[in-house]
Amino acid sequence: MSFLKIRSCFSLLIFVPTFILFSVTVASAQGDKASAASGNQEMIQRGEELFKGNCTQCHAVHEKVVGPALTGITKRVPMAKIIKFVHNPAQLISVEKDKYFVDLYNEYKIEMTAFPGLSDNDIKSIVAYIESVPPPAPKSKADTGGDSGEVASSEPKKDYSELILVLTVITLILVAITLLVFITVIRKYLKDREDTLAEEDKELVNQKFDINAVIRSKGFIITVSVIFSMVAIRACWVGLMSIGIEQNYAPKQPIPFSHKLHAGDLKIDCGYCHTGVYKGKQANIPGVNICMNCHSVVKEGPVYGKAAIASLIDHYEKNKPIQWVRVHNLPDLAYFNHAQHTVVGGIECKTCHGQIDTMQVVRQHANLTMGWCINCHRETVVNAKGNAYYDRLLQFHESKKKGDMKVEDIGGLECSKCHY
Amino acid sequence: MSKENTKIYWKGIEELSGDPDFLKNASNEFPEYVPLKEQQGDYISEGTSRRDFLKMLGFGLGAVTLAACEAPVKKAIPYLNKPEEIEPGIANYYASTYVDGGDFCSVLVKTREGRPIKIEGNSLCPISKGGTTARVQASVLSLYDSTRLQSFYKGKDKPLQPSEYDAFDTEIINALSLASNIRIVSQTILSPTTRAVIQKFKEKYTSTEHVVYDASSAYGILQANKLMFGKYVIPSYDFSKADVIVSFGADFLGTWISPVEYARQYVSTRRLGKSKKTMSKHYQFETNLSLTGSNADIRVPIKPSEEALYVATLYNAIAANKLNIEEKKNDVLKKVADLLNANKGRSIVVCGSNDVNVQLMINEINRALGNYGTTIDLNQPSYQRQGDDERMNKFIDEVKSKAVDAVIFYGANPVYDHPRGAELAEALKSVKVKISFNERMDETTSLCDYVAPDHHYLESWGDAMPKKGIYTLMQPTINPVYKSRSAQESLLKWAGINTDYYSFLSNYWKSSILNGASWEKSLHDGVFVKTSEPTNENNADKKDKNNQNNNDASDSTKTIESVDWSKVEEAIKVYKTSEWELKLYEKVGIGWGSQAANPWLQELPDPISKATWDNYIAVNMVDAQNRGWKQGDVKKLTANGASVTLPILIQPGQTRGTVSVAIGYGRVIDGKRKVIGENAFKLADTKGGYVSFNVTDVKIEDTGDFRQLAQTQTHHTIMSRPIIQDATFEDYLKNPSAGRFIPMITTPDGKKKPKEVSLWEKEHDKPNHLWQMSIDLNACIGCGACVISCQAENNVPVVGRDEVLRRREMHWIRIDRYYSSDADSKSKDPQEKYFNTNYNEMEIPAEYPQVTFMPMMCQHCNHAPCETVCPVAATTHSSEGLNQMAYNRCFGTRYCANNCPYKVRRFNWFKYFDNRERFPENIAMNTDMGRMVLNPDVTVRSRGVMEKCSMCVQRIQEGKLKAKKEKRPVKDGEIKTACMSACPTQCIIFGDINDKESAVYQEKRVENAERVYAVLEELNVQPNVEYLTKIRNI
Repeated sequence: MSFLKIRSCFSLLIFVPTFILFSVTVASAQGDKASAASGNQEMIQRGEELFKGNCTQCHAVHEKVVGPALTGITKRVPMAKIIKFVHNPAQLISVEKDKYFVDLYNEYKIEMTAFPGLSDNDIKSIVAYIESVPPPAPKSKADTGGDSGEVASSEPKKDYSELILVLTVITLILVAITLLVFITVIRKYLKDREDTLAEEDKELVNQKFDINAVIRSKGFIITVSVIFSMVAIRACWVGLMSIGIEQNYAPKQPIPFSHKLHAGDLKIDCGYCHTGVYKGKQANIPGVNICMNCHSVVKEGPVYGKAAIASLIDHYEKNKPIQWVRVHNLPDLAYFNHAQHTVVGGIECKTCHGQIDTMQVVRQHANLTMGWCINCHRETVVNAKGNAYYDRLLQFHESKKKGDMKVEDIGGLECSKCHY
Repeated sequence: MSKENTKIYWKGIEELSGDPDFLKNASNEFPEYVPLKEQQGDYISEGTSRRDFLKMLGFGLGAVTLAACEAPVKKAIPYLNKPEEIEPGIANYYASTYVDGGDFCSVLVKTREGRPIKIEGNSLCPISKGGTTARVQASVLSLYDSTRLQSFYKGKDKPLQPSEYDAFDTEIINALSLASNIRIVSQTILSPTTRAVIQKFKEKYTSTEHVVYDASSAYGILQANKLMFGKYVIPSYDFSKADVIVSFGADFLGTWISPVEYARQYVSTRRLGKSKKTMSKHYQFETNLSLTGSNADIRVPIKPSEEALYVATLYNAIAANKLNIEEKKNDVLKKVADLLNANKGRSIVVCGSNDVNVQLMINEINRALGNYGTTIDLNQPSYQRQGDDERMNKFIDEVKSKAVDAVIFYGANPVYDHPRGAELAEALKSVKVKISFNERMDETTSLCDYVAPDHHYLESWGDAMPKKGIYTLMQPTINPVYKSRSAQESLLKWAGINTDYYSFLSNYWKSSILNGASWEKSLHDGVFVKTSEPTNENNADKKDKNNQNNNDASDSTKTIESVDWSKVEEAIKVYKTSEWELKLYEKVGIGWGSQAANPWLQELPDPISKATWDNYIAVNMVDAQNRGWKQGDVKKLTANGASVTLPILIQPGQTRGTVSVAIGYGRVIDGKRKVIGENAFKLADTKGGYVSFNVTDVKIEDTGDFRQLAQTQTHHTIMSRPIIQDATFEDYLKNPSAGRFIPMITTPDGKKKPKEVSLWEKEHDKPNHLWQMSIDLNACIGCGACVISCQAENNVPVVGRDEVLRRREMHWIRIDRYYSSDADSKSKDPQEKYFNTNYNEMEIPAEYPQVTFMPMMCQHCNHAPCETVCPVAATTHSSEGLNQMAYNRCFGTRYCANNCPYKVRRFNWFKYFDNRERFPENIAMNTDMGRMVLNPDVTVRSRGVMEKCSMCVQRIQEGKLKAKKEKRPVKDGEIKTACMSACPTQCIIFGDINDKESAVYQEKRVENAERVYAVLEELNVQPNVEYLTKIRNI
């Protein structure tokens, strides 16, 4: 056994755990995407779309919101009457004075908006959808409904990674202790047989572990300084690269509006408030008149009580625009169009905005850097199926056979797609 | 051994002659080329010390770090109550009507978030047919001009609060009811409803008379038609039906009456293709080289005094009864007469003269040729000029004799734009009540007691009837920017009718115009065409025109034989030529000066002279040489008792012995901005009772001053290079590819086509779209509408006169104007002619040259030379054939501009936005109001980056997205570049060449495949913009 071997053994014992600890800390975990489940029957699916687009502002299936809970509607009212009511509520309430609806009116003090644009089949689909929704599970489990599974599933994953970290540290400490024990035992054993050892080995065995010597050793100093400068450089680099990046920016808003409540619990479709998101460049922050569609009736919220809504109504009545704080700030030199991504690309809002339906306060989910855009354009397959615009491109792409047609394959990385 | 070398080399002639300036600088190794310091005044001090540098560096670093620490909080303020039709980020279009005096154009106004940002033509209008002019395009910037009056004024200096408006009205009503002689002075009023409003006003104030005049008058034609046909109207001209077009000084493509309409008609006779092998022949007799003259096949330079005689000679050759005059001996005139006689009913003769006698002869010529009913239609008259010069003269006399108590100026500025303006200004002092509706504190308004500024046309309701049976509507596209009020509403209020103008207008339309047709549809289309006009028109506008015999149902060609030809004969003999004669003319951009405060128009290069920011005295080259005058020498020009002091511009095509000066300059806007040029209206002749822009007895004196003219093009000929490829119509008929230059490259393997000698091994695929453009040089009239349209669409800055002088104008599209040179014709062989070596001679344009216009913008080369030299790949090529420019990547080496063979790249030498000190002219980027006109989809470029035509990539992307959303391929014609959509003649065709059905494919590969050429084809840069050869019918 040579001196060098034993020596390097010591160094390893100290540095290996340090390295592992460091690298584990630096590594960051990434969230997973989960796919939303959807119904299989065509009618129910269409009903769901219509329900979310038209009804969720005031109705939920199993809860009273602005209007009554709709579950079991067919048992209470015949289909023909439902259709008639949806087309023209005023007729049944004010003219025909139908008892059921008059009672409802007296209870909720608001007449339902008429939907003359919905066909009989549309309304039947909506009813079919309502009937297909199972009653919510008992309170013991997560109470936010179907989507909560997604949220729940990501949480243990996070715990797991922490657990690995703790376990690794514990294991490494155990290994270090075991090794120390080994060394002590071996040394003792060798000391007992000191006579048989060579002179040099004797010296080594008798040598006391001198921490100062180790610290002053060249190897140690070089290694530490290299590590230190690497960490410093990396920190600088990360710092510099994050200038202007406002990821996780979650400013306080003048009115504490909760997306968790509106988009998550009440399941109001994003397009109901963000009117431009399927139409054009901007998603649009809704005008107060859109808020007032519901809040002329709903005056108290479950989280912030009456004050927040009172402030909203105050703005409306005093003709005072609300100065929201912009969360997502794309630089002026970049052109981004929502419709291109939501309608044409079929990208879900969550992909870029994160779990907006669980955010009490909206937070910038993605870092919105050019690298982030480009990366997605490199990975995303073009939603070309059934869109005649892409026919020529698909044909061309298939003739070249390179697998799926990604956005980058059709010029998605070219400057003038976003900069002009 | 060797002889001592005694040769002396000089660096230049200055060293040889011992020029003191040269000697002074001879020892300086580095001359200060960049005159930055002079320009910027004091704020870069002489020499920066090391310490200052370090200080600045330290501060800069600190500032950047601090700024980077925390991003500024940005607010987002949504609508409180979002209007249903406005979706932020999506443009809305509203049909409206551009009206400026008698100028008319039906338009679509593009608004974003409630702000008008761009004007497009309205293709539903049977008159303008989707075409526009530079002035129409620029009018959107005038809306945001902060020099417009922002409130009512009492007197020149007392602005009123809106709360004081009621008292203001009461005061005026009191004053008016005391007045016994009220006059309303206006330019042509196209609006039937406004005429009805004036009628209501007259009913209340019975002493009111309405005086109509035009700054750019067509009184001669109106009066001639009244004398001959009993109708005080301008007929409808249809150039599209004419095979022979003869114009005496009428600039019908540029400024005469209804240029957008005529240009479209005219060009339809000039287009060629597989399916059309006919072409009109156009003769132009004129003094100054006008836009129309430069498009003519044969142009004859004449003196203003000769015009009447030329017309008379033609009259004698065509009309039945001859005049006893001394006929002009002119071969061209003889040929014209023969040609006209051979094309009876398929010809048109027009004249820009305001002399009724000349116009009578023109009428008789057209009648003898049988043109009434074919190319000229009196049954559908045009109302685009109604001004009565004699009435206006009488009005000025009335004011002078103190016979007027009150005067209301409505859209009229006679103190500036009437030759007797100075007289009027003096006489107005005696008028008790002077009211103005003008938008600015202009020359006339500043003399008024009460100023109630009218809305801009983009803010107001209104209508127009440019022709009989064609009605258009004007609707507000923005809330009034300032505290103005529509003039009609003011008049109604003073007449005691308290209704808003919108209700009055819609009621009037429903009761008198629509005949049960839909108001909503008319408003949506912007145009309402009445197919059957009732025979007995009793509209208010007809009632109003006193001494007018309106009997439209009668046969138009029936003459009231009251024309006294002997009087005409006498009148012609009055014209005497003098040493110097003067022609006053309108510029395409500035017109009669109503939009003189618009910097886009001031910086629009004049189509002919390419001069910006000035008017000038245009003289013939030979005249200048004979007298030793140089361009820029400032001369004092005196005529009709008034004089102007202006620099000289040497203008090929200007008749010898004549000069011309543009009207519309010399505006005193509000004292804040410099006056540009000099007012030439005062030089006009009013001796005959009408305003004549043909002036004789002109004196020109030296002043010894010099003023350099800011021209954007100073090299005037193409030096025989095949940039312009042209042929005669005769040659074209024999061989459609006549005039084409087919370059061959000499290689070790023999001569090859440029395309076969390439630097690149493989072409990049353009699998979906390949955007291309085709520009028909036969259809381009050079009007410049595209230049302004591009400027508005792409946020192109205005740089000002000084920067234009340094060749730093920023226009993305320019119209190159090339004169022919007499030296060109030395070699007749089309191939050899391009290797003519007679360069010095060729550089000099001919005295009376042929002119060709060529719109030039980024050619989007598929083998672009600019792309390969960019060190940071800021300019790259797209898979759709576009040459892309990423501004934020560019760091300003300007290698690309140096390597561009077309010189279309523009460099931002300065920060043109938020820099009012340095660029006050650039109001679109330097004032809070002006910024509203910027297109939010296009980046405003900063200092130090290169920019150029993007082929309106924002429009391409928008069009593609629309198609994608509707799950269909892009339709041809749904994406239009700004230049294409503005063009009155549709000479620019843009589209996807991969689509075989597209118009651009049809034009370039089917209809005119033989005429297509790429500029500088020999370089094999493979541009996506290609041109069709120019064909002249000589």
